[in-house]
Amino acid sequence: MLQYRGREGMWAWLLHRVTGLGVVAFLCLHILDTVLLGWGPDVYDAVVQIYHLPAVRVLEVVLAGAVLFHATNGIRIICIDFWSQGAEYQRLMLYLVAAVTAVSSVALGYLMLRPLF
Amino acid sequence: MAFTSIAAKSDSARSVGSFEALSWLFMRASAVLLLVLVLGHFVIMHVVTGVDQVNYSFVAARFATPFWRSYDLLTLLLGLAHGLNGTRIVIDDYVHSRRWRVFWMSGLYGVGLFLTIVGSLVILTFQPQA
Repeated sequence: MLQYRGREGMWAWLLHRVTGLGVVAFLCLHILDTVLLGWGPDVYDAVVQIYHLPAVRVLEVVLAGAVLFHATNGIRIICIDFWSQGAEYQRLMLYLVAAVTAVSSVALGYLMLRPLF
Repeated sequence: MAFTSIAAKSDSARSVGSFEALSWLFMRASAVLLLVLVLGHFVIMHVVTGVDQVNYSFVAARFATPFWRSYDLLTLLLGLAHGLNGTRIVIDDYVHSRRWRVFWMSGLYGVGLFLTIVGSLVILTFQPQA
Protein backbone atom coordinates (compact mmCIF):
# COMPACT_ATOMS: atom_id res chain seq x y z
CA MET A 1 0.00 0.00 0.00
CA LEU A 2 2.80 2.41 0.86
CA GLN A 3 4.73 1.47 -2.29
CA TYR A 4 2.01 3.07 -4.39
CA ARG A 5 2.84 6.74 -4.08
CA GLY A 6 -0.50 8.24 -4.90
CA ARG A 7 -0.95 11.85 -3.98
CA GLU A 8 -3.68 13.43 -1.81
CA GLY A 9 -6.39 11.26 -3.38
CA MET A 10 -4.79 8.05 -2.06
CA TRP A 11 -4.75 9.38 1.50
CA ALA A 12 -8.37 10.51 1.18
CA TRP A 13 -9.30 7.00 -0.01
CA LEU A 14 -7.40 5.40 2.90
CA LEU A 15 -8.85 7.76 5.50
CA HIS A 16 -12.35 7.15 4.08
CA ARG A 17 -11.86 3.40 4.70
CA VAL A 18 -10.38 3.83 8.18
CA THR A 19 -13.07 6.28 9.35
CA GLY A 20 -15.80 4.08 7.80
CA LEU A 21 -14.57 0.98 9.64
CA GLY A 22 -14.24 2.98 12.88
CA VAL A 23 -17.77 4.37 12.64
CA VAL A 24 -19.29 0.95 11.83
CA ALA A 25 -17.42 -0.54 14.83
CA PHE A 26 -18.98 2.13 17.05
CA LEU A 27 -22.40 1.47 15.49
CA CYS A 28 -22.13 -2.22 16.51
CA LEU A 29 -21.28 -1.18 20.08
CA HIS A 30 -24.10 1.39 20.09
CA ILE A 31 -26.69 -1.21 18.99
CA LEU A 32 -25.59 -3.50 21.83
CA ASP A 33 -25.88 -0.75 24.47
CA THR A 34 -29.35 0.20 23.13
CA VAL A 35 -30.50 -3.42 23.40
CA LEU A 36 -29.89 -3.07 27.17
CA LEU A 37 -33.07 -0.93 27.31
CA GLY A 38 -34.87 -4.28 27.56
CA TRP A 39 -33.16 -4.97 30.92
CA GLY A 40 -34.77 -1.90 32.50
CA PRO A 41 -33.63 1.53 33.78
CA ASP A 42 -31.06 0.30 36.32
CA VAL A 43 -29.01 -1.73 33.85
CA TYR A 44 -29.34 0.76 30.97
CA ASP A 45 -28.47 3.84 33.04
CA ALA A 46 -25.49 2.09 34.66
CA VAL A 47 -24.03 1.28 31.24
CA VAL A 48 -24.72 4.58 29.43
CA GLN A 49 -23.03 6.40 32.35
CA ILE A 50 -19.85 5.42 30.52
CA TYR A 51 -20.76 7.87 27.71
CA HIS A 52 -20.98 10.69 30.30
CA LEU A 53 -17.37 10.30 31.53
CA PRO A 54 -15.13 13.23 30.49
CA ALA A 55 -12.51 10.97 28.85
CA VAL A 56 -15.20 9.15 26.84
CA ARG A 57 -16.70 12.50 25.80
CA VAL A 58 -13.33 13.38 24.26
CA LEU A 59 -13.53 10.09 22.30
CA GLU A 60 -17.03 11.13 21.17
CA VAL A 61 -15.47 14.25 19.63
CA VAL A 62 -13.02 11.96 17.77
CA LEU A 63 -16.07 9.97 16.57
CA ALA A 64 -17.68 13.23 15.43
CA GLY A 65 -14.51 14.10 13.48
CA ALA A 66 -14.48 10.67 11.81
CA VAL A 67 -18.16 10.99 10.85
CA LEU A 68 -17.62 14.53 9.53
CA PHE A 69 -14.65 13.52 7.37
CA HIS A 70 -16.48 10.43 6.06
CA ALA A 71 -19.59 12.53 5.33
CA THR A 72 -17.85 15.42 3.56
CA ASN A 73 -15.48 13.14 1.62
CA GLY A 74 -18.54 11.06 0.70
CA ILE A 75 -20.05 14.18 -0.89
CA ARG A 76 -16.73 14.61 -2.77
CA ILE A 77 -16.93 11.02 -4.06
CA ILE A 78 -20.52 11.58 -5.23
CA CYS A 79 -19.38 14.76 -7.03
CA ILE A 80 -16.49 12.87 -8.70
CA ASP A 81 -18.92 10.17 -9.88
CA PHE A 82 -21.91 12.25 -10.95
CA TRP A 83 -20.59 15.75 -11.83
CA SER A 84 -19.11 15.92 -15.33
CA GLN A 85 -16.13 17.95 -14.09
CA GLY A 86 -15.86 16.15 -10.74
CA ALA A 87 -12.64 14.25 -11.50
CA GLU A 88 -11.00 17.48 -12.68
CA TYR A 89 -11.69 19.24 -9.39
CA GLN A 90 -11.15 16.26 -7.06
CA ARG A 91 -7.99 17.70 -5.44
CA LEU A 92 -9.55 21.12 -4.90
CA MET A 93 -12.62 19.40 -3.43
CA LEU A 94 -10.34 17.45 -1.07
CA TYR A 95 -8.89 20.67 0.32
CA LEU A 96 -12.46 21.85 0.80
CA VAL A 97 -13.27 18.55 2.59
CA ALA A 98 -10.23 19.04 4.86
CA ALA A 99 -11.24 22.63 5.68
CA VAL A 100 -14.90 21.79 6.35
CA THR A 101 -13.94 18.75 8.47
CA ALA A 102 -11.44 20.76 10.53
CA VAL A 103 -13.74 23.75 11.15
CA SER A 104 -16.88 21.69 11.87
CA SER A 105 -14.99 19.23 14.13
CA VAL A 106 -13.58 22.08 16.23
CA ALA A 107 -16.99 23.79 16.39
CA LEU A 108 -18.85 20.59 17.30
CA GLY A 109 -16.10 19.60 19.75
CA TYR A 110 -16.41 22.98 21.46
CA LEU A 111 -20.20 22.61 21.77
CA MET A 112 -19.88 19.01 23.02
CA LEU A 113 -17.18 19.67 25.65
CA ARG A 114 -18.30 23.12 26.78
CA PRO A 115 -20.52 21.76 29.63
CA LEU A 116 -17.42 20.14 31.19
CA PHE A 117 -15.77 23.49 31.93
CA MET B 1 -8.37 -14.85 -8.21
CA ALA B 2 -7.08 -15.62 -11.71
CA PHE B 3 -5.73 -12.64 -13.65
CA THR B 4 -7.48 -13.83 -16.80
CA SER B 5 -10.84 -13.11 -15.25
CA ILE B 6 -10.25 -9.38 -14.66
CA ALA B 7 -11.65 -8.25 -18.03
CA ALA B 8 -14.72 -10.45 -17.71
CA LYS B 9 -15.22 -9.30 -14.12
CA SER B 10 -15.04 -5.60 -14.95
CA ASP B 11 -17.49 -6.12 -17.83
CA SER B 12 -20.09 -7.69 -15.60
CA ALA B 13 -19.47 -5.15 -12.84
CA ARG B 14 -20.13 -2.30 -15.25
CA SER B 15 -23.38 -3.63 -16.64
CA VAL B 16 -26.41 -1.90 -15.16
CA GLY B 17 -28.35 -4.06 -12.73
CA SER B 18 -25.45 -6.25 -11.65
CA PHE B 19 -25.07 -6.67 -7.90
CA GLU B 20 -21.93 -4.51 -7.70
CA ALA B 21 -23.59 -1.73 -9.74
CA LEU B 22 -26.56 -1.76 -7.37
CA SER B 23 -24.17 -1.81 -4.40
CA TRP B 24 -22.33 1.22 -5.82
CA LEU B 25 -25.62 3.12 -6.30
CA PHE B 26 -26.93 2.09 -2.86
CA MET B 27 -23.79 3.47 -1.14
CA ARG B 28 -24.35 6.88 -2.73
CA ALA B 29 -28.13 7.00 -2.26
CA SER B 30 -27.96 5.86 1.39
CA ALA B 31 -25.08 8.30 1.99
CA VAL B 32 -27.29 11.28 1.09
CA LEU B 33 -29.98 10.16 3.56
CA LEU B 34 -27.47 9.22 6.28
CA LEU B 35 -25.86 12.64 5.95
CA VAL B 36 -29.06 14.18 7.35
CA LEU B 37 -30.07 11.30 9.66
CA VAL B 38 -26.70 10.69 11.37
CA LEU B 39 -25.60 14.32 11.69
CA GLY B 40 -29.11 15.14 12.95
CA HIS B 41 -28.91 12.31 15.52
CA PHE B 42 -25.46 13.46 16.63
CA VAL B 43 -26.45 17.10 17.06
CA ILE B 44 -29.66 16.19 18.94
CA MET B 45 -27.83 13.86 21.36
CA HIS B 46 -24.60 15.80 21.90
CA VAL B 47 -25.44 19.47 21.39
CA VAL B 48 -29.19 20.11 21.77
CA THR B 49 -29.69 17.61 24.63
CA GLY B 50 -26.20 16.99 26.00
CA VAL B 51 -24.99 13.41 26.31
CA ASP B 52 -25.19 13.49 30.15
CA GLN B 53 -28.99 13.97 29.84
CA VAL B 54 -29.34 10.83 27.71
CA ASN B 55 -30.64 8.06 29.99
CA TYR B 56 -33.54 5.59 30.28
CA SER B 57 -36.23 8.20 30.96
CA PHE B 58 -34.99 10.37 28.05
CA VAL B 59 -35.24 7.40 25.66
CA ALA B 60 -38.68 6.46 27.05
CA ALA B 61 -39.99 9.99 26.41
CA ARG B 62 -38.41 10.02 22.95
CA PHE B 63 -39.80 6.63 21.98
CA ALA B 64 -43.32 7.72 23.03
CA THR B 65 -43.50 9.45 19.61
CA PRO B 66 -43.74 7.20 16.52
CA PHE B 67 -41.74 9.83 14.60
CA TRP B 68 -38.53 9.24 16.59
CA ARG B 69 -38.96 5.46 16.52
CA SER B 70 -39.25 5.67 12.71
CA TYR B 71 -36.28 8.07 12.53
CA ASP B 72 -34.11 5.73 14.61
CA LEU B 73 -35.23 2.61 12.73
CA LEU B 74 -34.45 4.21 9.35
CA THR B 75 -31.06 5.42 10.64
CA LEU B 76 -30.29 1.95 12.04
CA LEU B 77 -31.23 0.01 8.90
CA LEU B 78 -29.58 2.39 6.43
CA GLY B 79 -26.49 2.87 8.62
CA LEU B 80 -25.99 -0.85 9.18
CA ALA B 81 -26.54 -1.72 5.51
CA HIS B 82 -24.12 1.06 4.41
CA GLY B 83 -21.53 0.08 7.03
CA LEU B 84 -21.78 -3.68 6.46
CA ASN B 85 -21.58 -3.26 2.68
CA GLY B 86 -18.50 -1.05 3.11
CA THR B 87 -16.92 -3.69 5.35
CA ARG B 88 -17.76 -6.35 2.73
CA ILE B 89 -15.89 -4.32 0.10
CA VAL B 90 -12.84 -3.95 2.40
CA ILE B 91 -12.81 -7.73 3.14
CA ASP B 92 -13.16 -8.37 -0.59
CA ASP B 93 -10.07 -6.21 -1.22
CA TYR B 94 -7.73 -7.67 1.40
CA VAL B 95 -8.75 -11.27 2.14
CA HIS B 96 -7.89 -13.56 -0.75
CA SER B 97 -7.56 -17.10 0.58
CA ARG B 98 -10.78 -19.06 0.28
CA ARG B 99 -10.68 -20.24 3.88
CA TRP B 100 -10.27 -16.75 5.38
CA ARG B 101 -12.90 -15.30 3.03
CA VAL B 102 -15.42 -17.87 4.30
CA PHE B 103 -14.42 -16.97 7.88
CA TRP B 104 -14.70 -13.17 7.49
CA MET B 105 -17.75 -13.15 5.24
CA SER B 106 -19.76 -15.55 7.41
CA GLY B 107 -18.70 -13.54 10.48
CA LEU B 108 -19.81 -10.31 8.78
CA TYR B 109 -23.17 -11.68 7.66
CA GLY B 110 -23.78 -13.47 10.98
CA VAL B 111 -23.00 -10.42 13.13
CA GLY B 112 -24.84 -8.16 10.66
CA LEU B 113 -28.00 -10.26 10.72
CA PHE B 114 -27.90 -10.51 14.54
CA LEU B 115 -27.47 -6.73 15.01
CA THR B 116 -30.18 -5.94 12.43
CA ILE B 117 -32.66 -8.19 14.25
CA VAL B 118 -31.93 -7.15 17.86
CA GLY B 119 -31.57 -3.45 16.90
CA SER B 120 -34.90 -3.38 15.04
CA LEU B 121 -36.63 -5.34 17.80
CA VAL B 122 -35.58 -2.96 20.57
CA ILE B 123 -36.75 0.10 18.59
CA LEU B 124 -40.08 -1.49 17.60
CA THR B 125 -41.00 -3.29 20.83
CA PHE B 126 -39.60 -1.03 23.61
CA GLN B 127 -42.15 -0.47 26.39
CA PRO B 128 -41.01 1.75 29.28
CA GLN B 129 -41.00 0.13 32.73
CA ALA B 130 -42.79 2.08 35.44
